[in-house]
Amino acid sequence: MTARGRAALKTAVWLVALVPLAHLVWGWWTDDLTVNPIEYVTRQLGETAIRLLLATLALTPIRLLFGVSWPITLRRLLGLFAFFYVTLHFAVWIVLDHFFDWRTMGDDIAKRPWITVGVTAFLLLVPLAATSTTGMIKRLGGATWRRLHQLIYVAGVLGVLHYIWLAKKVLVQPWVYAVLLATLLGIRAWATARKLSARWIVLGSRG
Amino acid sequence: MRLRYSDVTPSTLYLSRRELMAGALALAAVGGDAASTTAAAPAPAGAALPATPNPAYRVDDAPTKFEAASTYNNFYEFGVNKEDPSRLGHTLKPRPWHVQVDGLVARPKTFDVEEILKLAPLEERIYLLRCVEAWSMVIPWIGYPLSALLKQAQPRPGAKYVEFTTLKDPEQFPAQKPTFFGLGSLDWPYTEGLRLDEAMHPLTLLTVGMYGHVLPNQNGAPLRVVIPWKYGFKSAKSLVRIRLTDTEPKTAWNKAAPQEYGFYSNVNPNVDHPRWSQGTERRIGEFRRRKTLMFNGYADQVASLYTGMDLKKNY
Repeated sequence: MTARGRAALKTAVWLVALVPLAHLVWGWWTDDLTVNPIEYVTRQLGETAIRLLLATLALTPIRLLFGVSWPITLRRLLGLFAFFYVTLHFAVWIVLDHFFDWRTMGDDIAKRPWITVGVTAFLLLVPLAATSTTGMIKRLGGATWRRLHQLIYVAGVLGVLHYIWLAKKVLVQPWVYAVLLATLLGIRAWATARKLSARWIVLGSRG
Repeated sequence: MRLRYSDVTPSTLYLSRRELMAGALALAAVGGDAASTTAAAPAPAGAALPATPNPAYRVDDAPTKFEAASTYNNFYEFGVNKEDPSRLGHTLKPRPWHVQVDGLVARPKTFDVEEILKLAPLEERIYLLRCVEAWSMVIPWIGYPLSALLKQAQPRPGAKYVEFTTLKDPEQFPAQKPTFFGLGSLDWPYTEGLRLDEAMHPLTLLTVGMYGHVLPNQNGAPLRVVIPWKYGFKSAKSLVRIRLTDTEPKTAWNKAAPQEYGFYSNVNPNVDHPRWSQGTERRIGEFRRRKTLMFNGYADQVASLYTGMDLKKNY
């Protein structure tokens, strides 16, 4: 892909990824955030974060299945946007929902598994965002950096679990995300297993 | 000229969401109380329903805006989202409507809803509404004690419970249409229940209106019950049957998630929902959470119903 094509693509990602935030800002401006705005904003930010996290995790499977590798160039941008929305989601919980009531929030983190896994997912994403720069990749070395960034799988699972556990059992949406995530991780697992077995066959033929 | 609810309610009681958010920001800055300013209250759309205010049942807090109480609803017959009931409410036809009162009663009868309206004098009562999801509202309901209807039916000595059944009709309640493996759906019809002494309690209101008008469809037209010391889902809507029994009725949410929603479901800040604390609530229209009160603030009137009961076990 040409440099110009890449720039256009990245601009498009910026625009699309900012739509949910623009929607909330517009809703605030026009007084259209439902009558329970804090709950609504929290939910919208959380849902956007999960979608972007899944989008980030979809790029490698797309390469594995269809042999197209240019989407990989969007991985850092999408991942950082996912982190951006998770951070906003978390900040709204602290500032607007609980208004710095650290005791209640501490109790919630300790007592409620869905909050425990949600906060854990956020904490796991912090080092990934912090080491997302090219400089950090060089400093850590490709192998270490890649191993560290495998934490996104754990964060993805915990994020979806967070949604499943917080929602009423009759809601479908969390399970849709769970199936998508399982598919995306399944494709990777399948590709890794094939690679490993191919290596075994090569090793075996060497006798 | 007939007064509208918006004419008799001081507009200072109402707060628009814009002002709420502005108040929230101001609060975040200074840490004071949320600012209250003036805003006109939109009038309910339904027909006006005259009722005498009952001063014995009022609360000090300002009523929630009608707009909020009629657009932010849990009524799964219309869908799982809060805006679904007001968006799809027009599919419900509240007339003609009949309610069957039967079971362990001496005089079982099927009432026309018009008859129900005239059975006892309509009063306006301002009640707190506490949702199990930890938000709350203040709503001026119109109705009369359910006991007036039950006394007419004459409960037989063996009657210990009352079961409420909501209409089941996928034509009128779109979310009752069969879904993929029953996903996103409750077991229809929606049923709820009370112990007979709870049902006969003067606070338990057979409700036909709110905010000076007939009940909007999304709030459970044409008639529902309101039990202000229990979580909102106990107050079944759009009733077609009230049945007295000798066994504890099965209830819709208890069937869906028994460990989360018990038969009693009294508002209780000391008994958490398995997934969240019930210690605080957000009053719709306010920024800071409030402390949830035992029996939603009605402890003086109803605590005696539960003397000697373990309320943690009977959640």
